[in-house]
Amino acid sequence: MKRRVVITGVGCITSLGVGIEPTWSGLVAGRSGLQRSTRIAPGAFACSLAGEVREFTARDFVPKSYRKATKVMAKDTELAVAAAHLAVKDAGIVTREHAEGGGATPTYPPGRVGCHIGAGLIAAETDELSSALASSCGGEGTSDNAGGFSLRRWGTGGDSSGGMNNLPPLWMLKYLPNMLACHVTIIHGAEGPSNTLTCAEASGLLCAGESARVIERGAADICFAGSAESKLNHMGFLRQGLAGRLADTGDSDDASSVMRPYDAASKGTVLGEAAGILILEEAASAKARGRTPYATLLGFGAAHSGGAGLAILPDGSPNDGLVLAIERALNDAGVSADQIDAIVPQACGVPVTDAAEAGALRDVFGERLALIPLVTLAPMIGECAAGNGGVHLGVAAMCMREQTLPARLHAGKPAPGLAADASPTRQAPLRHVLVCSGSLGGQNAALVLGRAAS
Amino acid sequence: MSTRRVVITGMGWVTPLGDDVDQVWQRLLRAQCAVQPVTRFDAGTFATNFAAQSQVPDLATVLGPDAARAHAHAGTSSRFALAAAQRAWNQAGLDPLPKSSRERMGIYLGAGEGTLDFDNYVAANLAGWDAANARVDDAAWARAAQERLTLHTEIEQEPNVTLSHLAHRFGCRGPAFNCMTACAASTQAVGEAFEIIKRGDADLMFAGGTHTMIHPLGMTGFIRLTAMSKRNDSPNTAARPFDSTRDGFVMGEGAGIIVLESLEHALARGATPLCEVAGFGSSADAFRITDIQPEGKGAIAAMAQACRQAGIDPREPGPDGRPQVHYISAHGTGTQENDRIESIAVKGLFGPLAQKVPFSSVKSMLGHLIQAAGAVELITCVQAIRTGWLPPTINLHHPDPNCDLDYVPNQARDVNAQGGVEVCLSNSFGFGGQNDTICVRRWRA
Repeated sequence: MKRRVVITGVGCITSLGVGIEPTWSGLVAGRSGLQRSTRIAPGAFACSLAGEVREFTARDFVPKSYRKATKVMAKDTELAVAAAHLAVKDAGIVTREHAEGGGATPTYPPGRVGCHIGAGLIAAETDELSSALASSCGGEGTSDNAGGFSLRRWGTGGDSSGGMNNLPPLWMLKYLPNMLACHVTIIHGAEGPSNTLTCAEASGLLCAGESARVIERGAADICFAGSAESKLNHMGFLRQGLAGRLADTGDSDDASSVMRPYDAASKGTVLGEAAGILILEEAASAKARGRTPYATLLGFGAAHSGGAGLAILPDGSPNDGLVLAIERALNDAGVSADQIDAIVPQACGVPVTDAAEAGALRDVFGERLALIPLVTLAPMIGECAAGNGGVHLGVAAMCMREQTLPARLHAGKPAPGLAADASPTRQAPLRHVLVCSGSLGGQNAALVLGRAAS
Repeated sequence: MSTRRVVITGMGWVTPLGDDVDQVWQRLLRAQCAVQPVTRFDAGTFATNFAAQSQVPDLATVLGPDAARAHAHAGTSSRFALAAAQRAWNQAGLDPLPKSSRERMGIYLGAGEGTLDFDNYVAANLAGWDAANARVDDAAWARAAQERLTLHTEIEQEPNVTLSHLAHRFGCRGPAFNCMTACAASTQAVGEAFEIIKRGDADLMFAGGTHTMIHPLGMTGFIRLTAMSKRNDSPNTAARPFDSTRDGFVMGEGAGIIVLESLEHALARGATPLCEVAGFGSSADAFRITDIQPEGKGAIAAMAQACRQAGIDPREPGPDGRPQVHYISAHGTGTQENDRIESIAVKGLFGPLAQKVPFSSVKSMLGHLIQAAGAVELITCVQAIRTGWLPPTINLHHPDPNCDLDYVPNQARDVNAQGGVEVCLSNSFGFGGQNDTICVRRWRA
């Protein structure tokens, strides 16, 4: 018989708060965490709003002996490490992080603990790099194309006068995408199957799906699964801007007036940063230690988009890859489209992306789509890129546990046939929730959650 | 639980020694080395100024002119991947693949990030640098960057975009993933793709990796970590895995991509399997981000899992008296730490039989292709099975008492008289403690 997988712990860090509790209560209160950017000076880019995680210090979330290592953590890694700590706490398991000072024995042997964390490309910190580059201008080998920079002065035969020596020795290690999972596996002693997926917005859901498969096939009993990313840096704003995704916010401080999911008049999206790390656990093991899960992970599906072009940037036509991913997840779950009670989509507020997503949902759900509430999170926490998946899944797990749909913010009018307009928080009988996302790049993932007892 | 068997039906690569599988294989058996001074940029004053460079494929030749136009924006690493995948596709004889099969064909890559638009990126950073206040002026940075950097060049640096190129070129609509687990990535990608076919989520998968870090900041990162050899006076002898005088790895670049297929699907369409994937093991050291667990615990776990899945007991000789594993493609980077601990791990797993398992590193000839290394090395394992020859570890002249196994030193070895090669392991280990091993076996009905 197939081993079943349940969600027993959720750790989420968003602009609404550090932890799933403040994030959830913010959503239920209908609050948005998007504010004027402090990381990037407002006005530098067209979008001056951002979903920043504030009042957060990574050192508070790692064992004392590991604090030094936070110096080589990029923001993405800090968020993932803290979210993993919160997920462990929430799941009530003991890991290596508790071993300090002779703590209790870990709940699971290290070899049975897996870790799949989705990540983005981590941007090098511009202050550090620019300062080093500026030390290598002029003189021999100067390149006008590179603004007066000289590769010859950058190298200088490896002696200490070379510009590159202004970068710390571990400079590159800070920015490897697998550092999120690496630090988490080291802190918690997770020696089982581990992976880092980098498929932009689909990364977190793909990771949860892969974790589930690892547990199903018996290669691990418990996994850290989810994702984290911060694009609140120069390269993040630049590339999202070049891709035509960022809202021109003008002087507005109200994100919901510019970012309106599924509204053709939406000005674009607003970036956030977030981490969502979940504890996925084999159902019988979770039961044996007396845990009531949030939900059961019933089905997973993934697919690549096609279409006329390269499918890197959507053109507004229905995303055929998302259709396939959802159909595969439903099929895997043994659940029909009619049994889905709510959907957590990407809903990023970029009109072409939203149109491609809505078109796919229409293909799968037909006219009944109008009756299925969409949980649109971007107006509250921002478009968090790879960080989306883990957080969206964490919120879906909360919806299932609380049998509640959080409030939706929307200042405009979504396309007809979509339950995406502004609405207050409400109780709802939720038997099955679909979480799905495409990506900038063309990868798609879908997960179906069922009631814990189902 | 499904017991579907998985076979390799096509292979393609772009390596510093060329891009034709058989031709490069012959060069490896002749112990040729592709390492030379860097020509891609002026590395003249870099502490390490040499690498093993691959020729960037001309897509019009490999894919045809129409397709080349569709992929005109592809960056170097996606070009490597497109060329390698096209060769794998051709060898597998997949044209024309019906739509139903394309929907069941996925992609799992360990593609690295694309190459920075270096000059423009540096210029934007310099324009944004406020030297007086020692900080970046956000508005000045944004202005310069928006002026100089362009959509396609930036998007092509995203690591998942290589997937888009392959999906478009070959019409794959199956599950698509890109993993970035540093130097273990493409071995992991092949292993995970194998699991996906085994469990029935796809019938075919492109699997492998592509990467280049032969650019100024890529080389800088490794120079700062002091991970690369500094033998600027002798590039050809710089990559010397398992030699006591080894002083670091040598950078390479390229791609390795294979077609994995369920045995059922391959046989139904009359394809000939090149070999069978028999096992995959994956583990995390969970030790330190910079150091390898000193007893090779994670490496042993990965190799042991791959063997277990393949039904092989590493401590039991086979019926012919040889160990049941006939060749291991080492991670064998040429750093002091890796080669010592990888040797400890092989001894830990095979016990007294370890001395009898040939164990070589083609990185001595090709350099280290970083995320693409594992898939390229796996292809050499398949070639070993097909030909009965083992590629050498070159530049191995000074024995290291800590590395006392059979590294196939300096000369390729013909083992056909001993019964050929039936089973190989291919190892890849990444920064941060990621360990992956694939076990491949001669295909028998």
